[in-house]
Amino acid sequence: MNDQVRPEGREKPLTGPKADAASASRAKRGRKLTEKIVEIIFLVLGMVSVASVIVITAYLIISGLPAIKQIGLINFLFGKEWDSTAADPKFGILPFILTSVYGTAGAVVIGVPIGFLVAVFLSKVASKKVRSIIEPAVGLLAGIPSVVYGLVGMMVLVPGVRKIFNIPDGSGFFSAMVVLSIMILPSIIKVSVTALDAVPKEYEDGSLALGATPEETYFRVSVPAAKSGIAAAVVLGVGRAIGEAMAVMMVAGNVANMPSLFQSVRFLTTAVSSELSYSSGLQRQALFSIALVLFFFIMMINAFLNLVLKHKGE
Amino acid sequence: MSNRRKLYRCTVRALMYSAAALTVGFMVFMIVYIFIKGIPHISWELLTTKPSYIKGTVGILPDILNTLYVIVATLAIVLPLGVGAAIYLTEYAKNKKLVSVIEYASETLSGIPSIIYGLVGMLVFCESMNFGTTLLAGSLTLVIMNLPTIMRTTQESLKTVPQSYREGAFGLGAGKWRTIRTVVLPSSIDGILSGCILSVGRIIGESAALLYTAGFAHALNGFFEGLESSGATLTVALYFYAKEEGKFDVAFAIAVILLVFTLIVNALTALVTKAFKGGKGEN
Repeated sequence: MNDQVRPEGREKPLTGPKADAASASRAKRGRKLTEKIVEIIFLVLGMVSVASVIVITAYLIISGLPAIKQIGLINFLFGKEWDSTAADPKFGILPFILTSVYGTAGAVVIGVPIGFLVAVFLSKVASKKVRSIIEPAVGLLAGIPSVVYGLVGMMVLVPGVRKIFNIPDGSGFFSAMVVLSIMILPSIIKVSVTALDAVPKEYEDGSLALGATPEETYFRVSVPAAKSGIAAAVVLGVGRAIGEAMAVMMVAGNVANMPSLFQSVRFLTTAVSSELSYSSGLQRQALFSIALVLFFFIMMINAFLNLVLKHKGE
Repeated sequence: MSNRRKLYRCTVRALMYSAAALTVGFMVFMIVYIFIKGIPHISWELLTTKPSYIKGTVGILPDILNTLYVIVATLAIVLPLGVGAAIYLTEYAKNKKLVSVIEYASETLSGIPSIIYGLVGMLVFCESMNFGTTLLAGSLTLVIMNLPTIMRTTQESLKTVPQSYREGAFGLGAGKWRTIRTVVLPSSIDGILSGCILSVGRIIGESAALLYTAGFAHALNGFFEGLESSGATLTVALYFYAKEEGKFDVAFAIAVILLVFTLIVNALTALVTKAFKGGKGEN
């Protein structure tokens, strides 16, 4: 009797079948709440990457803009002289921009043909056994830390360049370009191989049946069919080359010269890292501005990469 | 066959073989050269002591430990973040636009060069958050760098978990969270594992992002003490000894250790891929 009178009271525990139902619904509500909380936690975790991108962009813009404002955008981007520690400091980063652009272009010119040929070889020509040896080798090249490339470059390439071309110092633009071209090889090979592997076998069979040699088939049927994947590989290589800092720092000589083949140069990346430790004031702010320019380049490359990949999807 | 076609055939073949030979030859050269230059300089003393200016000896034990600390700290933070994000994307998210925003953000993160991570990490963690130049600040920087890797591998693996597993769990009355915890996650352990291995590889090889966030010190510390103080990892130490001090013996010795680590990481990746391939039968 009493039990029926009390409306949903929690003071005294209920008994009987009704109580079971009540506690079950409470448990259900509790579970629903847990589910909701868990979902929100996962949503927050999912947003960490978005937040990181926003924070990185915001910090680069906020810390990069003051120096550009003070120096003047035109003077900053197109000034040919960088002398940050002089009594009358000059902050022109054209040498760094051109070095980065030319260096990356040079690395692509050397690295892409080699990587492309290796990719076709691995995907189409090589036997399973040969492929199972070379692919891990490429993976290993990709995994070697950049400072190790820098070290070998310093000890082998730089003296070699000095002797072969008979110049006083081998460290400079040329050495950096060669190191970069080797460093982008693995990513070019890997991505191209994936693209070439995905070409339908029917295409190749059709071409072979029409009397084309295997080589003609690979280069005139398979490669055009995989061209957007190979383009993505090249863009990826460009991104890696323009962002590499440590290996380049060890072989490029690090003097703020306009780029020429055997000149000691600074890239955008090395311009930031070589002065950061002792910089202050406007000089330090200018370094952040260089990073902002580099970030802008990278964003453009990323956008381009997305465009290439989207094109592939259609 | 016309002569021109024959010539084409031979040239193309020759070019492909020489490119492949060049790549393999280059890899062999790197390994042999580094081992020959480095192994003679690896000694017990080098591996087990810290540098001493009084005795004039160099030891890399602090650098080895720092590398391990950074790996542990980074993975401890990035794993929940990355796996959680991947779970949200594959299991919870219903809004396609939000998914594409998150995926675009993670792609963007993986394209940003490490020197920019180093710079922003220095601004955010060392200065704004007042951690100073410490291993902790370095680890946090690496967390953001490795987030896309963990997210991607976990996501790929979650996608291969057959839908029937989830339905079975739901049918038995399990809630979503319980299903994820007890059924979905255990079946995608391979992706999480290979993400970890890839990240360890990246952390070992990273230098530019750590240079200005974790610093150069070579002090011998315990784990928590170490996280709160500045320290060089192996790669930063290599750079330091080669570029700033001209001690190429030590640099090559460190290069050997790094190369061995790289070999181990690559072998483990291959092993994990092989071990789990086709493991998820039904689907």
